[in-house]
Amino acid sequence: MTPLLSVPVAADFVAPTVDYVAVLPMLIVFGAAIVAVLVEAFAPRASRFSIQVGVALVGLIAALGAVGKLIVDGTRVETAGIPAADGTLAASIVIDGPAIFLQGTILALSILAVLTMTERSTDGGAFTPQASAVPGSPGEGAARRVGLVQSEVFPLMLFSVGGMLMFPASNDLLTMFVALEVFSLPLYLLCGLARRRRLLSQEASLKYFLLGAFSSAFFLYGAALLYGFAESVRLADIAAAITGTGRPAVVGQDGLLLLGIALLAVGLLFKVGAAPFHIWTPDVYQGAPTPVTGFMAACTKVAAFGAMLRVVYVALPGARWDFMPALWGVAILTMVVGSVIAIVQTDVKRMLAYSSIAHAGFLMTGVLAIDKIGISGVLFYLFVYGFTTIGAFALVSLVRDAGEDGVGGEATHLSQWAGLGKRHPMAAGAFTLFLLAMAGIPLTSGFMGKYAVFSAAVSNGAWVLALIGVLASAVAAFFYVRVIVLMYFSEPSGSASVVATPGVGTLFAILLSVVVTIVLGIAPTVLFGPAEAASLFLP
Amino acid sequence: MTPLLAEGTTRAAIGAAEGALQQGAWLLVALPLAGAALLLLGGRRTDAWGHWLAVAASWGAFVYGALLFLDLRSLAPEERVRDLTLFSWMPAGGFQLDAGLLLDPLSLAFVLLITFVGSLIHVYSVAYMEHDDDRRRFFAYLNLFVASMLLLVLANSYALLYVGWEGVGLASYLLIGFWNHNPVYATAAKKAFVMNRVGDFGLSVAIMIMFATFGTVTYAGVLPNAGEGSTNAMTWIGLALLLGACGKSAQFPLQAWLGDAMAGPTPVSALIHAATMVTAGVYLVVRSGPIYEAAPTAQLAVVIVGAVTLLFGAIVGCAKDDIKKALAASTMSQIGYMMLAAGLGGIGYVFAIMHLLTHGFFKAGMFLGAGSVMHGMNDSVEMRRYGALSGAMKTTWATFGLGWLAILGVPPFSGFFSKDGIIETAFATGEGWRPWVFGMATLIGAGITAFYMSRLFFMTFQGRKRWPAEAHPHESPSLMTVPMIILAVGSVALGGFLFVGGRFHDWLEPVTGAVEEHHPVIAKYPLMGLTLVLVAVGVALAWRQYWQAEVPQTAPRGSWITRAARKDLYQDDVNEAVFMRPGQYLTRSLVFTDTKGVDGAVGGLAAAVGGLGGRLRRWQSGLVRTYAASMLAGVVVLLLGVLAVRG
Amino acid sequence: MSPYVPILVLAAIAAAFAVFSIGAGALAGPKRYNRAKLDAYECGIEPTPQAAGGGRFPIKYYLVAMLFIVFDIESVFLIPFAVAFDRLGLFALIEMVLFIATVFVAYAYVWRRGGLEWD
Repeated sequence: MTPLLSVPVAADFVAPTVDYVAVLPMLIVFGAAIVAVLVEAFAPRASRFSIQVGVALVGLIAALGAVGKLIVDGTRVETAGIPAADGTLAASIVIDGPAIFLQGTILALSILAVLTMTERSTDGGAFTPQASAVPGSPGEGAARRVGLVQSEVFPLMLFSVGGMLMFPASNDLLTMFVALEVFSLPLYLLCGLARRRRLLSQEASLKYFLLGAFSSAFFLYGAALLYGFAESVRLADIAAAITGTGRPAVVGQDGLLLLGIALLAVGLLFKVGAAPFHIWTPDVYQGAPTPVTGFMAACTKVAAFGAMLRVVYVALPGARWDFMPALWGVAILTMVVGSVIAIVQTDVKRMLAYSSIAHAGFLMTGVLAIDKIGISGVLFYLFVYGFTTIGAFALVSLVRDAGEDGVGGEATHLSQWAGLGKRHPMAAGAFTLFLLAMAGIPLTSGFMGKYAVFSAAVSNGAWVLALIGVLASAVAAFFYVRVIVLMYFSEPSGSASVVATPGVGTLFAILLSVVVTIVLGIAPTVLFGPAEAASLFLP
Repeated sequence: MTPLLAEGTTRAAIGAAEGALQQGAWLLVALPLAGAALLLLGGRRTDAWGHWLAVAASWGAFVYGALLFLDLRSLAPEERVRDLTLFSWMPAGGFQLDAGLLLDPLSLAFVLLITFVGSLIHVYSVAYMEHDDDRRRFFAYLNLFVASMLLLVLANSYALLYVGWEGVGLASYLLIGFWNHNPVYATAAKKAFVMNRVGDFGLSVAIMIMFATFGTVTYAGVLPNAGEGSTNAMTWIGLALLLGACGKSAQFPLQAWLGDAMAGPTPVSALIHAATMVTAGVYLVVRSGPIYEAAPTAQLAVVIVGAVTLLFGAIVGCAKDDIKKALAASTMSQIGYMMLAAGLGGIGYVFAIMHLLTHGFFKAGMFLGAGSVMHGMNDSVEMRRYGALSGAMKTTWATFGLGWLAILGVPPFSGFFSKDGIIETAFATGEGWRPWVFGMATLIGAGITAFYMSRLFFMTFQGRKRWPAEAHPHESPSLMTVPMIILAVGSVALGGFLFVGGRFHDWLEPVTGAVEEHHPVIAKYPLMGLTLVLVAVGVALAWRQYWQAEVPQTAPRGSWITRAARKDLYQDDVNEAVFMRPGQYLTRSLVFTDTKGVDGAVGGLAAAVGGLGGRLRRWQSGLVRTYAASMLAGVVVLLLGVLAVRG
Repeated sequence: MSPYVPILVLAAIAAAFAVFSIGAGALAGPKRYNRAKLDAYECGIEPTPQAAGGGRFPIKYYLVAMLFIVFDIESVFLIPFAVAFDRLGLFALIEMVLFIATVFVAYAYVWRRGGLEWD
């Protein structure tokens, strides 16, 4: 007998316990993603696109239904883990209030995102006919003429959504890392699939990939250091080790803890787009196909802030005084950089990118409130910001160059938006509403969101953050209003633009975003109640 | 009325709204809001009748306000403060807030002013905007403005007031920029917006400190307890509120936008600002009276701001040749009077609001008159090209003249009672230097007012005619003159009506508390006489220079003070130096850091880390290296930050 | 801190050695270039600014490499499972079937979309 085979199995194998109902939303989305890959492989080319749309919508809506069941049941479980001898469960997934709320938000937003991605009514959609063709090559032209479309968009997007669902529900750092990669990798690809301005799109994709990989490495290294500190990757164990009540009584290893926290934070701050890790945002937002930008801006932010909330509130409350000052600095820098640099942008997608950076800063003030109302404020903010963003990007995708044949590529230069209010009052009106909501003007949902996070910050002594937040949003209001002025009070100069007639999907997405923005501005109670009820993490 | 309590506040307690009439007070806001929504959403379909719908919505709000007023009058004075909770608005954890309205003598006085003057403006605009393609949109904005303004004064918490506050800002922004084909108007709109944002910032800071101090932002929760908070907190709240009031009411140092806003398209929008919007700041200060009473420093700041602005506006008004800008400067100055009175407290509140009401009438009348003159003079605003219009436009001349007598403070016209009250209060409040300094400011202000208003009146209606050949001045249609006549009646009689028998004083008592009169440092009647003498001197000077003498058609160079006043005492230059340049510099430097500077800054850091940035540069193409390097720099800084805290 | 000291010292020594070797070579070595020295060593192809064929590798190389990794990882999981198969029970069997099915889905996609055809 060789020594290799004589290695004894340490103990009897114990099957992990999984609460399948609790993880059903994720299972449905991943299942739909796999089905979508099969559709891609076997469905005839002509009907592929419509089947993919169907699969994606059915999967996402079913998953939303499963989340609905969790809400109705009031489920709060840790699941998917192997029970230890003392009965505790080293669970890798936790389904609690914030997780359910965030999963519901992500699913609702991604349904809208799918609807915007189905837009093909004007010029064959936002996606390239063949991603592997060299931009401008005869092959690409041929692919366009026969009406090919890269319908892999949908399976990629479903995988990404699955990862996003998992990210804020992860109970340990390894699961969190896996989720991070699962939702990031498809996004890198999606960024490179724009139909027009292919080179810009591919550049964005590559940049996002390289920098994303860079930040993932930091995250992983941080997780490893924290494991070194706590001898566990579970968030609750790390929390216990910090307070000194954990299993290994760790002393004198603060260096590991602090470095670990800082590096872990880098990974999360990169994903939310906080300064100084924001620098990819404008390029990627500009280059990516606009429906993907909307999806990315809304859903990534939800997922990443969900994970940040969980790490800060579950794993690190004991080390609060160590990392808070640094995160305060990051929050302040993010708000200032986002609002100020947005002023000089001339491209509407870049402007929205900087605006999303500023919003990341505002959200961080809620996270740093370190309080239950901070959590509910952030949850509320994420929900309303997500809808506003998807609606805004859906509108951006409709404003086109006036080509010879009627409709050209997207007109993203701000000068092309001049006078839009006269020519297309409905589109300009909706965009104005979204801008006002982002600026936080009262009676829009954005005002309520800002109020929720700022009041949480103030009532927990972080009034400096709130003050800077209010200042920054005053600055930010300037560039939002600049666009409104442009649309209503300026004569168009240079190349004109037209608003394409939206298909049913885009129209629905915009209308729903408008409704949510208005309703939650007037009657925020509708959502504040659930957000507050959901704002308690399981330990 | 006897005080309710032997000691402490004499302000009336808040009761719940009773009866269908009070319960339905939300209709006041809802009516014009629905009008605006219908007109904006209805599109071209509503072009034919939309303006009449807007007029009806506005008058409807007025009728409802009048009914409410009668209802409250029928109650005993101490029961005249009613709170109406509408719905639970922001239940964010520890921060509970209901949206509700507060019906009390103060808010109703404003409701009546806003809806009555507002409705007259609506009627006037039907004729004035007749030939405009976008008349429907204009009326939608007017309705939106009225709704926001009503929400502002009816709110029962600072948070809801803020909603109305922003709404008014938005509507005014839309109105100023209405004829947006002219870039000057768009710039003016932007300026108004930016200045107002500075003010809004003050208001939101005040609300935040309030929340941190009291845990609530309702009037009921904040105002009765204002005495219990620390003086420090009250001072900060008071100063922040003052900043807000300065922005909205065009007070020093945020006064610059008003003049440019008047350059905006129509005398109508100029008027709606002058008569209603700018009073919001005064309302805020009077409403927050208990806070200021608990913070003498902040109160003093209000008085100083009022005094500075009233002189500032008066001086600027002397040099303007544009009829609308001269009226705008006069508005600024008159609001300064109100602000000063509101800062004096006690009886000052009563006179501040009374002057606000009378001013609302006579200034509105004069703005409509100016509009009527422009209507007859091919939209020229140049007073040096007017002259001797009294013959051509009799009704305008007469109504304008009555307004002129009112603003001069000639007894028994409206302005006499309110302005004289303010002057008297200024001389009677405080100790040591204060009554003298503030009293003299109001007194001198009255003299200058007499000069520049007479200058305006004489240049426009009297003297010799200086029209260009193509002008054919004519009287305006009756839709325009009838509102002017109604407002002129108010200019004549309102002041006396409110003052005689202490009517207004008693009406406001549940809000301001019982107030006692002080004795001015100069006796009452000599003071009145002195005021009238100064006014007479001002009129006489203007008469000599602008009626008797020839008025040059191009402005002479003038003394340095005239030139300074023409340039609004260099307010734009100061703003540019103090606010704009540093802002631009910050933006530029940040952008520089973000795009180009990253290379440099990171290069330095990276060199320290081992020349990594330089290596990456040769190793990779494109800008990703810069990005990655900047991220790395961020990581290093973050690490240092975390470690430094522990260290 | 003590456990890290030796590591730090080692890292420092390694870095110092590298810097010293390169630095010493650059400083001490004579620099006498001629045409032959600047050529490619002894044999081989003359360097060109871009790689042959327009500077691009056929994408197929990468496809094959990635497919290899997929199956590589599959076997990494399969072998331990096979070794302990009898003790892992039904649960593990189902999980493995699901795993293999998932990999197969990806394989089917590659196959149907022509990823396995060289030309």
